[in-house]
Amino acid sequence: MICFEKITKTYGKRLVLDNISCSLPKGKITSLIGPNGAGKSTLLSIISRLLDADQGKIYLDDICISDYKSGDLAKRLSILRQSNHIDLRLTVRDLVAFGRFPYSKGRLTADDQVQIDKAIHFAQLEDMAHSYIDELSGGQRQRAFIAMIIAQDTDYILLDEPLNNLDMKHAVLVMKTLRRLVDELGKTVVIVIHEINFAAQYSDYIIAMKDGKIVYNDETDQVVQAHTLKEVFGIDFDIITKNGKNICNYFNIET
Amino acid sequence: MKQRNKIIAMILMMVTIIALFMLYNTGPNLDYVIPRRAIRLATILLVGISVAYSSLIFQTITNNKILTPAIMGYESVFILFQTVIVFIYGDKTFQVITHQDNFFYAVLLMMAFSFLMYVLIFGKSKQNIYHLLLLGLVLGALFQTFGQFLQIVIDPNEFSVIQGFMFVSFNKINTDLLLIAGVTLLGALLFGQRYLKYLDVIALGREHAVNLGLNYNKLVKIYMLLISLLVSVSTALVGPVTFLGILVTNLTYELFQTRKHRYMVWLCSGIACVALLLGQFLVEHIFNFSTTVSIVVNFVGGLYFMYLMLKTRKAI
Repeated sequence: MICFEKITKTYGKRLVLDNISCSLPKGKITSLIGPNGAGKSTLLSIISRLLDADQGKIYLDDICISDYKSGDLAKRLSILRQSNHIDLRLTVRDLVAFGRFPYSKGRLTADDQVQIDKAIHFAQLEDMAHSYIDELSGGQRQRAFIAMIIAQDTDYILLDEPLNNLDMKHAVLVMKTLRRLVDELGKTVVIVIHEINFAAQYSDYIIAMKDGKIVYNDETDQVVQAHTLKEVFGIDFDIITKNGKNICNYFNIET
Repeated sequence: MKQRNKIIAMILMMVTIIALFMLYNTGPNLDYVIPRRAIRLATILLVGISVAYSSLIFQTITNNKILTPAIMGYESVFILFQTVIVFIYGDKTFQVITHQDNFFYAVLLMMAFSFLMYVLIFGKSKQNIYHLLLLGLVLGALFQTFGQFLQIVIDPNEFSVIQGFMFVSFNKINTDLLLIAGVTLLGALLFGQRYLKYLDVIALGREHAVNLGLNYNKLVKIYMLLISLLVSVSTALVGPVTFLGILVTNLTYELFQTRKHRYMVWLCSGIACVALLLGQFLVEHIFNFSTTVSIVVNFVGGLYFMYLMLKTRKAI
């Protein structure tokens, strides 16, 4: 389980995260939602040691992450940020192979090859395993990066806006892949997501943030309610229930 | 052409050009000509390796294919240092201070410069490689203009001593310096060898590198110290030659598929040595020293690079 306690972060004079504490349940998908500037991405970066907090501690399975060796932590927790522009001529398979770096330090073993093939299979990228990543569409490239994270084979997977710039088909593919990571492989996935309906359909828990604070932290159906979402985003929502899941409409609502 | 053939072709080219360089048109005084050529050959090989190595590492940690360590002001630091000692000691400079001592202090200064910039940037947890570049650029310009100021003030005869450092020339022969530079290079290469594999990951950018378990800040510090060592070797031997870096690294990226740095550094070094040897050979035997090796290398290499770009453009 990932716990964080009293995390505070300021950029200059602006308080981005205001003394927040929470824990993220194991073996589930947790979505972080909230308006722009709420501190979601900052929180994710701090949990994944890309950014240092001004105050506060993060615990991964009851051990503070600053006590892990960076190389060991890379076998437990992985992070994928939203901008993944790489100016390198790599094939998808080469990229996925980087996911094995924490284990083999660049000299791939037979076991690594098996893991790489598994990850490519899991992300359904067999057709394009030998394509160059700079020749892929945004959605395919994003899935290639997710395959790299899968090859890294960590218990905890953090993703910052994995659906950014993807069309509906690829967005659904990515979310289904994440769902399978949790259901079939028992991983813990934490995502920052903007499209509320993807969060409502695919996540187990939702943490709603606003102005550097956590305002709601509950099961998905509890958070996806008209009044809670209005409080978080400041606009009206119309909740429709379909197949036992809530769907939100926030277009053309008469007030 | 397959990768293997390209590598074989490069090695053959290298052997041929070395043979030509050593044996072409030697004249009757073999005892005089051969040792002098051997020293020049050794100088070129040392410089080629250090330029290729430092530029490749620098481009990888900055994720930018059009930069060389020159932008960080390393060479300006070196030239300023030379200017200052000439300013102090005048034309007696190299009676007071030996070439080896001079080299030793220059290396120390450049490493201190590396470390200072690192502390200035990463000490304040800004952790951004572009701040580092910007600072290097500004400090480089500062040192350069300060150097120029001193060069204008000093006696013209003493200025000619400095001029020797400011222009690239492979005709300076200094066996003592060659030995110590060679040892420095060897030390840097042995030290750098175990860090090469991390460069493959650093090429993906900081966030991926941290995600994959690298201690990014520590590694950048090590690479910057390594770069300052390598740049001191090439600058002390022949002058500010890192311009060559852009050409040879990009030729390596275009010609070879591999993105593994433990192979790339040697391929790139090979290209750099071939380019420099060819340039020097042309300067000595075709142009009769009427032009400089930097002009030849940049002209021929630039044309070849444009050809490669046009060829790959057509393929897409």
